[in-house]
Amino acid sequence: MATNAANETAVASASGATGAVAPDDGSHEGTSVSLRNLTRAFGASRALDGMSLEIAPGELVALLGPSGCGKTTALRIVAGFETADAGEVLVDGQDVSGVPAARRDMGMVFQSYSLFPNMSALDNVGFGLRMRKANAATRRQRANELLEMVGLSAQASQFPHQLSGGQQQRVALARALAIEPRVLLLDEPLSALDAKVRLQLREQIRTLQQRLGTTTLFVTHDQEEALSMADRVGVMRAGKLEQVAVPDELYSRPATPFVAEFVGTMNRLPGDLGGGGTSVTVLGTTVPVQPGGPASGPVDVLVRPENLTVTTATGGNGIVSNRTFLGAISRVTVLLSGDTEVRVDIASTQAAAMTPGTAVQVAIPVAAVLVAPRAS
Amino acid sequence: MAPINQRVARSGRFPVWRWVILLVAAVYFLLPLYAALRFAGIHAFGAVFTQPGFGSSLWTSVQLGAMTWIITMALMLPTTIYVHLRMPRLRRVLEGITILPIVIPPVVLIIGVLQVAPLALRATMWLLGLEYVILAMPFAYRAIDAGLRSIDLKTLTEASSNLGASVLTTLRLVIVPNLRTSLLSSTVLILALVLGEFTMASLNLVQTFPVWIVAFDQDNAQISEAASMLALFVTWLFLMLIVLVGSRQARRTGRGEVNLFSVTTTTTTTIGES
Repeated sequence: MATNAANETAVASASGATGAVAPDDGSHEGTSVSLRNLTRAFGASRALDGMSLEIAPGELVALLGPSGCGKTTALRIVAGFETADAGEVLVDGQDVSGVPAARRDMGMVFQSYSLFPNMSALDNVGFGLRMRKANAATRRQRANELLEMVGLSAQASQFPHQLSGGQQQRVALARALAIEPRVLLLDEPLSALDAKVRLQLREQIRTLQQRLGTTTLFVTHDQEEALSMADRVGVMRAGKLEQVAVPDELYSRPATPFVAEFVGTMNRLPGDLGGGGTSVTVLGTTVPVQPGGPASGPVDVLVRPENLTVTTATGGNGIVSNRTFLGAISRVTVLLSGDTEVRVDIASTQAAAMTPGTAVQVAIPVAAVLVAPRAS
Repeated sequence: MAPINQRVARSGRFPVWRWVILLVAAVYFLLPLYAALRFAGIHAFGAVFTQPGFGSSLWTSVQLGAMTWIITMALMLPTTIYVHLRMPRLRRVLEGITILPIVIPPVVLIIGVLQVAPLALRATMWLLGLEYVILAMPFAYRAIDAGLRSIDLKTLTEASSNLGASVLTTLRLVIVPNLRTSLLSSTVLILALVLGEFTMASLNLVQTFPVWIVAFDQDNAQISEAASMLALFVTWLFLMLIVLVGSRQARRTGRGEVNLFSVTTTTTTTIGES
C-alpha cells in the first residue's frame, strides 16, 4: 500500500532524528511481552495473584474481567505506574521492573481524557517526540501524519476542549503511537464514549494496530469489545487469569464455569452427575462432562441458548414464558418444571408458533458440557 | 393579597432596588476616596515622589513581595501537587494547617516569632519576608488547590510520564501551564497582601510602604494621603492587568474563569474508575 510505504519512510526519518540506532526494519514490530507470576496486594486485597501472560510480537491481547479483577493493575504494572510485589515483566526478554515509566517506550491511551489542555492536538501528538529531542520540523511532520492516520488533520490546531470525546481519544491514540511505542497499552479507552463512536473507534484502533504491527495490551470490561478486537482474550477473576484463548474458543469452549458465564449468555440447568463425574444427566439426556468443573456434589449444567432445541409439544417439559425477536433468530424463554428458566435461541421462522403459554419440549443434544457447583 | 400578585409586584420593583443597593454601595466605597482626594489636593500627588523615604520604602515592599512570592510558590506548589497525587487523604489536614494564619491574629504570630527568632534576623526584611510566607500560605494553598481540582492531575501526570517526560518537565510543560489561572490569582493575592500589610512590618521595625505612609502622616498628612491613594490605584491597576491576562489565557484553552479568589471550571469531565 502506498500510504503504508510513505509512513515507513517517515518512521525511519523520525527515528533518525532522535539519534537512536534504529535499523530500517520497523524494529518496534517485533516486541514480545511476558508477564510472569505478577502479584500485587493493596492492603488485605490481592489485586493480582500470580498472574502470567505471554504476548507474542504484534499481537493484540485483551484482558477482560469484572471491575476489581486486577486487569487495570496488570496494565499499570506493565506501564510502570505500579510496581509488582512479586513477579516480573519482560519486554523482548528483558526485565523492565527497574525501568521508570518514562523510559519504557510504551504508548498508553487512558480511560479518562488525558490530552494536555494547554496544547493543541498537534502539540499533544508531538509531545512524546519533543521529549525524545526531535526537532520542531520532524515533530510537526510526524504529528501531522499521525493525525491524518486517525482522520483528524483538520483539527490539528484545535485545543482539547474544542474536540468531542471520540476525537480526543483519537488524538490520544495518535499521541501514543507517535513515539513508535514498543508496546501499546489501552486502558478502557472507549468506555467514556457513546455507543456509536465506540463502535467506529474500535474498528479504527484494530485496523491501525494491525497495520503498524504494534504489540498491544488492551484492558476492558466489555466482552463484545474484547471479543471483536483481540487476537486473544484473557479472562481475569480475582487477580488470576482464568483462561487465555482466541475469541471463538473462549466462547465455544470456556475452560471454567466463570468464563462460561462471563462471556456470552449461559443457561444453568440442574443436572445429576454420574459415572464418577464423567457424565451428567440433564433434561432427561445423559451427556459427557468437560473437565473444569466439580466431579461430585450437586451441579448445574452450563449450556448456551443456541445449543438447546425447543419444539412445541403438548405435555412437554416446559411452557413458553417470553419470546424476543432478534432478527433472523428469536430468543424463547421457557419455564421448566421446578421453576428453572431457560433461554433457547432458534430460527425466527420456527419461533412463530411459540407464543407465551405454549407447551414445549426443551432438549439438549449429546455433546460435552461444562458443569458448575449448583447455585443456591 | 394573592401570592402571584405579590411576586409580580416584587419582580416589578426589583430593578429599582438593585439600583438603590448599587448606589448605597458606591457611596460607601467612593465617598472616602473622594474625601481623601479632596483632602490631599492635586498638588500633593506630584510631591509624593520626591519625599524622603518614598523610594526606599516602596522598593522594600516590592522586594518583600518578590521574596514572599518566590518562597511561597517554591514551598506550596510542590507540596500541594504532591499531596494531591500521593496523599489525597491529607488534603483536609493541609487545608486545616494552611488556614491557621488567618485564624491566629498577626500580632500574636509576630510576637511569638520575635521571641524565638535569631537575633541577627530580628528587624530585618528577611524575617519579615518569612513571616509573610506564613501569611500568604492560605491564599496560595486555596488557589493552587482549586486549580489542581479542576484538572485530572493523576492522568495528566501519568500521560506525560508515559510519553517520556521527567518529573520536572511534567511540572513545567504540563502542570504549571494548566494552573496558570490559579497561580495568577494566588500571585495577585500575595502581592496585595504584602503591599498592604502594616502590623507585622511595623512590629518588625521594617519600613515598608504602608509603614512609611503612616509614619509620614505625622509630617505631612496631605502627601501621605496622596501616597496611599496612589498605592491603591497602582495595586488596583495591577490586579486588573493580571485578571485580564488570565482571562485571555482561559478563553484560549477553554479552562476556568479567573476570579481573584477562585478558579471556576467550565469543562471538567471526570470518568469513574474501572
